Formats: sequence, C-alpha cells, structure tokens
Amino acid sequence: MSMLKVEDIHVYYGSIYAIKGVSFEVNQGEIVTLIGANGAGKSTTLKTVSGMMKPKSGAITFEEKSLLGVKPHSIVGLGMAHCPEGRRIFQEMTVRDNLEMGAYTRPKGEIEDSIAHVYDLFPRLKERFRQIAGTMSGGEQQMLAMGRAMMSKPKLLMLDEPSMGLAPLLVEEIFRIIQDLNRAGTTILLVEQNARMALAIANRGYVLETGRIIASAEASALLKDETVKKAYLGG
Amino acid sequence: MNFLNFLVAGVSLGSIYAIIALGYTMVYGIAKMLNFAHGDVIMIGAYVAFFSINSQSLPPVVAVLLAMAICTLLGVMIEYLAYRPLRNATSLAVLITAIGVSFFLQNFALIRWGSSPKNFPTVVPFGKITLFGGDLIISGEAITTILTCLLVMVLLTTFTQKTKMGKAMRAVSEDKAAAQLMGINVNYTISITFAIGSALAAIAGVLLCSMYPLLNPTTGAMPGIKAFTAAVFGGIGSIPGAMIGGILLGIIEIFGKAYISNQLSDAIVFAVLIVVLLVKPTGLMGKKIRVKV
Repeated sequence: MSMLKVEDIHVYYGSIYAIKGVSFEVNQGEIVTLIGANGAGKSTTLKTVSGMMKPKSGAITFEEKSLLGVKPHSIVGLGMAHCPEGRRIFQEMTVRDNLEMGAYTRPKGEIEDSIAHVYDLFPRLKERFRQIAGTMSGGEQQMLAMGRAMMSKPKLLMLDEPSMGLAPLLVEEIFRIIQDLNRAGTTILLVEQNARMALAIANRGYVLETGRIIASAEASALLKDETVKKAYLGG
Repeated sequence: MNFLNFLVAGVSLGSIYAIIALGYTMVYGIAKMLNFAHGDVIMIGAYVAFFSINSQSLPPVVAVLLAMAICTLLGVMIEYLAYRPLRNATSLAVLITAIGVSFFLQNFALIRWGSSPKNFPTVVPFGKITLFGGDLIISGEAITTILTCLLVMVLLTTFTQKTKMGKAMRAVSEDKAAAQLMGINVNYTISITFAIGSALAAIAGVLLCSMYPLLNPTTGAMPGIKAFTAAVFGGIGSIPGAMIGGILLGIIEIFGKAYISNQLSDAIVFAVLIVVLLVKPTGLMGKKIRVKV
C-alpha cells in the first residue's frame, strides 16, 4: 500500500519554476531515496510534501488523506516528520528542550518514554542533554535533528541531506541508524547528494534533474544503471 | 541621602521602562518587527483604568485587570489586522505600518477623550515608607512599581524557560520554519506574544500614570520610545536585557536630571545608548549574531 503518493506537482519559488511535474510514491516500510545534483529540486519536493511550500497544481496524499490545504503545522500530527536540510535545530535551546519541541503535538504523558527511546538511539544526546544545542559538533547536531524528528513518533520520516558536512565515519553511523529506524518500522524518504550511500540502503530510488524525475527503479538497478553511474556515482 | 532617593526614583522609573521594554523585546524576538504602537497601547490601558476608577468607581485592582484584558484584546487585534497580512512583506513596510497604528491610536484617543490631560487617581493603596529618620522616602508607587517589575520578570522567565508555550515561543523566535515542522502554530504563538506584551503595557500604563498622574493621548509616546531604547540598550530580543536596560535607563535619566541638567537628561540617556552600541552593537545582553554557513 502506498503511504505517501505525490502526483504531478508543480512548484514555484517566486517566479522560478522549480518542480515541473514530479510524481513518486513511498510504500509502507520502505526506504525510498530521491537523488540528484544541487538544485535539482530534491529539497523543494520535501518542503512541498511537509507543507512548507505550496504546489501550484498536483496532488499529495498521505495514508489516503490529501495534504493540500492541511495547515503546515498540522501535518506533523498526521504522522509525518521532516528533518530539514541544514539540520535547523534550535541552536540556543538545550538538547532536551529541542527534543521536547519535537514532541510538541503529543500528549505530555508520552514524552518521557519517547525521550528515553531517542536516548537509546543516540546515546551521545543523553550525555549532553543539558548542553546548548548550537555548541555541539555537526554530527551531534545531525543526531539531535533526527532524534527531534523521531520525537513525533512519525510513520514516515523524511530526511534531507543527513550526511551533509559530516566526516565519512559519521556518515556511516547516521546511515546505520537510518536502517535501524526503518527496521523498527519507520518508513523513510531520504534525500541525498551522496547517491551511492543512499542507494546502498534504499529499496527504491528516483533521480531528479532540474525539477523532473528522469529515472526511477529499484535501488540496486539504479546502482548498475550506466547513465546514473556516470552522472551521480562518479563513473 | 539624596543619592539614595535618586536611586530609588531611578529604579522605579526604570522598572516601568523595563515592563514596557519587555513588550518590545518579546515581539521583536518572535516576529522580528518593531511594534512602535506599543507605547500607545500603554496610553489606552491608562485611559481604560482611568475611566474604570473615575466613572465606574471600580476598585483599582479590578480597573487594572480590566485594562489588561482590553489591551490584550487590542494587541491581538492590532497584530491580526495590521501586521499579520504583512508577515512576508519587507521590514520597512511593517515599520511604517506600526507607526501608522501608533498615530491611529493617538488620534482615536484624541477624538474619543479629548486633548485636555486627565488627572490620574491614586491606585496604590498604601503610603510612603520613611527611612533613616526622614532622609530616605520611598513612595508607595515606587514600592509597587519595583515589586511588580520583579514579579513580572520572575513570571516571564519561568514562562519562557519552563512551559511548553514559552519554549515554543523561543523556538519560533529562533527558526519559524523549523518550529512549524515541529507542529507549532507560528501565528498563534505570535498572537500570544502580542497578548502578553500588551497586558504588560496596560500594567505599565497604570504604574506610569500613578507616578506621573497626567494622562493625555500622547502619554505613551515618549515612554514608549525610551523603553524601545532600553530594549536596544539591553540587547533587543533578550528578556533579561530588557529588564537591565530599562532599569539602567531609568537610573541614568534620574541621575542625569539630578546631577547634570534637567533639560539635558534625555540627551544624556541617548548619548549613553550611542556609546553602548558603539562598544557592543548587539546591546548589553545581546545575542551573538551567528553567521550561517
């Protein structure tokens, strides 16, 4: 069953025509990745799904419910969390306060359990729960951003460039955690420039180029595809 | 002992500036706009309290609560009608609108209540305290003002640090888009901020008019500008900054009046502001401006 279905969306950034008819779907339990170069429209696509941007036309349905017209702040409550590009953690708040904000839409009684769960996933956050988030390293901030997104107990977690600016070892750790989350039942929509890593853990992939999807297939097939290899996997 | 008397006068005047400055700084922190109509909300609050006491013979406490309620409503309405439609407009457009709202409120008061000053009644139920055999006199108004200011400070700090709504406000002030992704209703949060700021303005209006009992349609204008200065002085966006900035400004103003020149006291206040901003452009408690990478 498709959990998220995006059909022929067209999105403008002011006068710039950024997304020119993108369609894709994410099924329950999958890891789906959108890959593509800088400026291909990957982040814009995610922003449109999470309601930060409005499409000019097209349809977005999440669990059979149309997301068009749903207020941006109400979307997270439907079971979809968006971990944005550049992490966007609350720099001046503590690690714990950041996590609490992630659970903003949930009843107070459930927050402690979720925090404990996030601390299990990211033990580093537990050690630093009182630290001001902006003073942590890039890798820790990425973990906080993902932990914060998990605080809403999403069915679908959308990650925008989780590997950006991180050392290779950390990237591996982050990707391992993404796989763990997926195994534990969270469906993942992953946007990445690091196409090789993304396709290695994904079930399926879509290739975006200047606002259009130019290829979509099983991730393993995309990894072997000659054009994809040449353009996105370094030959 | 004169020194101590001046100090008390400075701290109590500064406490009023601080309460007003909190409204400026909270709104700036969250909506990134200067609400120049804030001073005039003070004036409206003072008029509401004045008529509640004088015409309706309500007890002062009820009058203050009524003024707070009406100013809260007024603040939320101003935000909804004048500023919300400009959420994505340039900051200059918002600034001009705020000045327009300020003129609107002043002229509304002028038409409704006339230009002749009203004599504000006494609202503080207790008299002065005399210390050191009459050398130090602390008026009931001063005591009330300083205690109110402390109470407001403690309540606001607790609110922003400990409560869910307060934390959501800090989140919105840092990153609106990210806050929205958390499920925080940004518009609602901004409304609450205006509500709190305007309720504080009503309190400040009553305290101000208790201390300087002449009320007219421009009563709020100068204290509003001074409190804005105090907010910048302390670091706009920072709650402790508004507090410290306000109190320091009050002290500087009174000391300037007492020891240097009555006429020049405002000039001295602004000269100090300029020096502070030259040395520390973000104000005394201002946040470091982070450069996005």
